[in-house]
Formats: sequence, structure tokens, C-alpha cells
Amino acid sequence: MVFTDFLFYVLATILLVSASRVITARNPVQAALFLVLSFFTASGIWLLLQAEFLAIVLVLVYVGAVMVLFLFVVMMLDINIDKLREGFWSYLPLAGTIGGLMAIEMAMILGNKYFAAAPNVSRPAAYSDTAAIGHVMYTEYLLPFELASVVLLVAIVAAIALTLREKRESKSMNPSQQVIVKKADRLRMVKMRSESEVLPNDQADKGDAA
Amino acid sequence: MEWLSQLFGSYWQNVQMVGWTLVKIIAIVGPLMIAVAYLTYAERKVIGYMQVRIGPNRVGFWGLLQPVADGLKLLFKEIIIPTASNKGLFLLGPVLTIAPAFAAWAVIPFDGTMVLANIDAGLLYVLAMTSIAVYGVIIAGWASNSKYAFLGSLRSAAQIVSYEIAMGFSLVGVLMCANSLNLGNIVLGQEGGFWHWYFIPLFPLFIVYFISAVAETNRAPFDVAEGESEIVAGFHVEYSGMAFAVFFLAEYANIWLVCTLAALMFMGGWLSPLPFLPDSILWLFAKMAFLVFFFLWFRATFPRYRYDQIMRLGWKVFIPITIVWIVFVGAMMQTKFDYLFH
Repeated sequence: MVFTDFLFYVLATILLVSASRVITARNPVQAALFLVLSFFTASGIWLLLQAEFLAIVLVLVYVGAVMVLFLFVVMMLDINIDKLREGFWSYLPLAGTIGGLMAIEMAMILGNKYFAAAPNVSRPAAYSDTAAIGHVMYTEYLLPFELASVVLLVAIVAAIALTLREKRESKSMNPSQQVIVKKADRLRMVKMRSESEVLPNDQADKGDAA
Repeated sequence: MEWLSQLFGSYWQNVQMVGWTLVKIIAIVGPLMIAVAYLTYAERKVIGYMQVRIGPNRVGFWGLLQPVADGLKLLFKEIIIPTASNKGLFLLGPVLTIAPAFAAWAVIPFDGTMVLANIDAGLLYVLAMTSIAVYGVIIAGWASNSKYAFLGSLRSAAQIVSYEIAMGFSLVGVLMCANSLNLGNIVLGQEGGFWHWYFIPLFPLFIVYFISAVAETNRAPFDVAEGESEIVAGFHVEYSGMAFAVFFLAEYANIWLVCTLAALMFMGGWLSPLPFLPDSILWLFAKMAFLVFFFLWFRATFPRYRYDQIMRLGWKVFIPITIVWIVFVGAMMQTKFDYLFH
């Protein structure tokens, strides 16, 4: 057994265990963290396939950004675990059917000749995966790439628009207005003559004398 | 040696490779740990003198053994695990904070040849490693089961995710100029004196990168994650002993890391500022120390930012600046002035 084979089996075992823990873990935060672990091991497997760009981007985008926000939301939720278990048996037939269908679909895809294990292409040592992907992305696949970016942009705008749907009731500060405040807006310098101090004690004394 | 190679048989080459890599890792991490320890000393001394104090001066000559004493003290302290905390994750938090801070050093070139892993997508790897450092903070805050810790971790997570975008964009400018993601090639692209370094054509990106780096490492004036006036000590309020020290070490290791990256990408790494002087790793160390000094200077100078202003600075100032400058650099490269951007 070659060392990389050994690595593959270790990573694949961790990946399968953590992926199944994603759906079996009782605590949603733990489930999200298991998902992070499975992304990590998946990226390790991609590295074994010499797809270094995809492996690093998987960590950079999914682990570094998407799952952080995901975890953020899950942590804020106050999930009652008993409620989640309600109606498990009544939903089971429907869920089982859908799950079975998906399993069949996956089997059909993987059994397809287009998805058969690719022959191991040996590449020259100077071959750069990243440069190759960049090259085809901006030449051959420029239009689909730009279309995908427009779709993402629309999704971003839509997501922001959804959060602005309701009228805001809470009051908030406007930092950009606050930072342009100058000293002259808040502070008024008054020039006045100096005054001699009159102590109340002196008046009391004078009153006594009179 | 003979009997060893017989013992491992055909695996001897693999074993040798792994052993040699381990030696290299120790050669990087060992000095790094010393640098981290003495950065804490330097910080206390520098801020001390800025505030007209002397700073640590009791342990050893000039207080030079202070970091050792601090380390020993923390090592002997009890690690208290709160009863209502999630124990496994509570201990995983510090580990996940320090692991990426060290792992990112794997691709840092110290010299033309001195690099542990000379990979093509080195810059992407560094970005990926620094982006997962936020998990330690989030997990620590959540697993502590404390309101202060949780608030601190939420602040920190939002801040790190926001500034990562500006940081990533400012690095896009660098890779446009260098035509490479390999850190060694980025440095070699700046050969020929300090006027070839990228901080001149990419000056706005350099400033954005450096300020984002301060925010990424949760340092003053962006240290709201541990704003002690509001949330005690933020995400690590429940940690004690070595578990706390690990967070501390990770913060200083991250400072060294971001300063090294700035030195490599904007200030020519190990290249000498004047062509007739020899290139040397000492130049890299000098540049790193110069940049690290700014972190200490900032801490002694600026009051803490308000949280909404931090977010505004990241999203509404830095990200537009970087996007505009990337477009500008891209446009200039199509003109006859493109020699300025290489």
C-alpha cells in the first residue's frame, strides 16, 4: 500500500464519521462543527487528487466564511431538542422515500461512464493547478463565469433587500455623520471680561454689620 | 543509520523525508516561540517607555527573563473548567486558535531557498489558514457558557470575517503585480531596490492591509473582542493558566505572521533596500520588527474604536478603496505606465 492510499483511507474514514455525525449530533452547534471537520477532510482528499486550488478554496470559502456565519446563526438560536424529535415516526415514511430516491440517484450518477474513476493523469512537476483553472475560466468559460457572478450579485442584493423590508423601529447612530462633526459644530467660544468673585460669606458679613 | 534503513526497508526514503520535515518545522516553530515570548516583553517595555515608565526590570538583567517567569507562572496555574461549559469544545478553543497561527508559517519563504513548503498557491494557503483562526474564538466563547465570553466571540467573529474581505482584496492587488500566488515569486518580483517594492504602486492597499491586519489580530484599537470596560476580557474570560496563555501566544504569533506577510508582499521580503547591499534574511527580520513596532505604537496611542465604527471602516471605507485601486491598477496595466506596476 502506498502512503497516499493510507492517507486516503484515514481521511475518508474521518469524513464519513463526521458527515454522519452532522445529522446525528443532538446539539446543532456540534453538528455544524462536524460539518466543518468534514469540509476539512474533503479538502484533504482533494489535495491527494492534486487539486490544490479546489482544496484551498474549499477551506477558504466554506470553512473560513460560510460555516462561520452558519455557526453564528446556529449559536444564537435557542433550540429545544425535545421539540425537534416530535413527529419523527410520522415523517419517517416520506423521509425514507426521499432518502432512498437520492441514494438511487447517486448510484446512477456514480455508475455512469462519465463519472467513472478518471485515469490517473501524471502531470509535470511545474504544473500549476491554480494557473490552469484561471486560464480556462477567463478564456474558454468566460461567459458562464460572468453569468454566475451576476447571479451571485443578484442574490446579494436580494438578501440585503429582504432585511430592509420592514420599517426600522429601533434608533441607531449614523457613524458617517458622526465622524464629520467638527469642533466648531459643538463648541462655542465666548469672549467675556473677567469678573471679580463675590463670595456669599462676604454678603452675610455685610448684612450683619448693617 | 545502517540498521535504521534496514528496519524501514523500502519506506526508508519516506521516513527520512518525514524526519527532515519535522526538523525543519522545529527550526521554524522554535525561534517563533522565542520571538513570541520576547514580543510580550518588548510590548511591555515599549509601552512603558511611551508612558514614561520603565516596564519590567526585576527578573534578570533589564527584566529580560520576564517572559520566562510569566510562562512558568502560567504553566503552574490551575486550568479551571467551568461546570456548565462544554468541556471538549472548551479545551479545543485555544488549540484551534494557535494551530492556524503556526500552520500558516509552512509556506513563508525566509530566503531565496529557505522555505518549508514552496507551493504555487502559497498566498491562498495563507489566507485559508488565517481565515480558520476565527473558529478558536467562536468555539471558546460559546463553550464557556458565559454571556461576556459569548458577546466577545460574536464581536470578534463579525469583525474578523469583515476585515478578511478587505485583506483579501488588498492581496489581489499584490498578485496582479507579481503575476503569481507563490510568496517566493512575489518577493522576487520586487527585486532591484526599495523603489521596486510593491508598497509604492499599491500604497492604498498596503495601508488597508496593515490596518486590516491590526483588526484581524484583535489588537488595539480594534480589540473590542476583549473590551475590558464592557465585557471583562471577552472570549477568554473563563480561561486560566496555560489555556489562557495559548490564546495569548496565538495573538502574538499572529502579529508576527501578518507583519511577515506585509514585509514579504509589500516591502520586498529578504531583498535589500539598496541594490549594492547583499540580500539577506536579516533584512526580512528588520522589516518584520519595524512593522511589529507599529502594533505596539498603535496600542500605546489610539483609544478603542466603537463597534459600529469598526464595521463602518471595514465595509464602507476599506472595501471600496481596495476595489477602486484594483480596478485602477488593472487599467494602468493596459497603458504605457504598466512598468510602474510590476
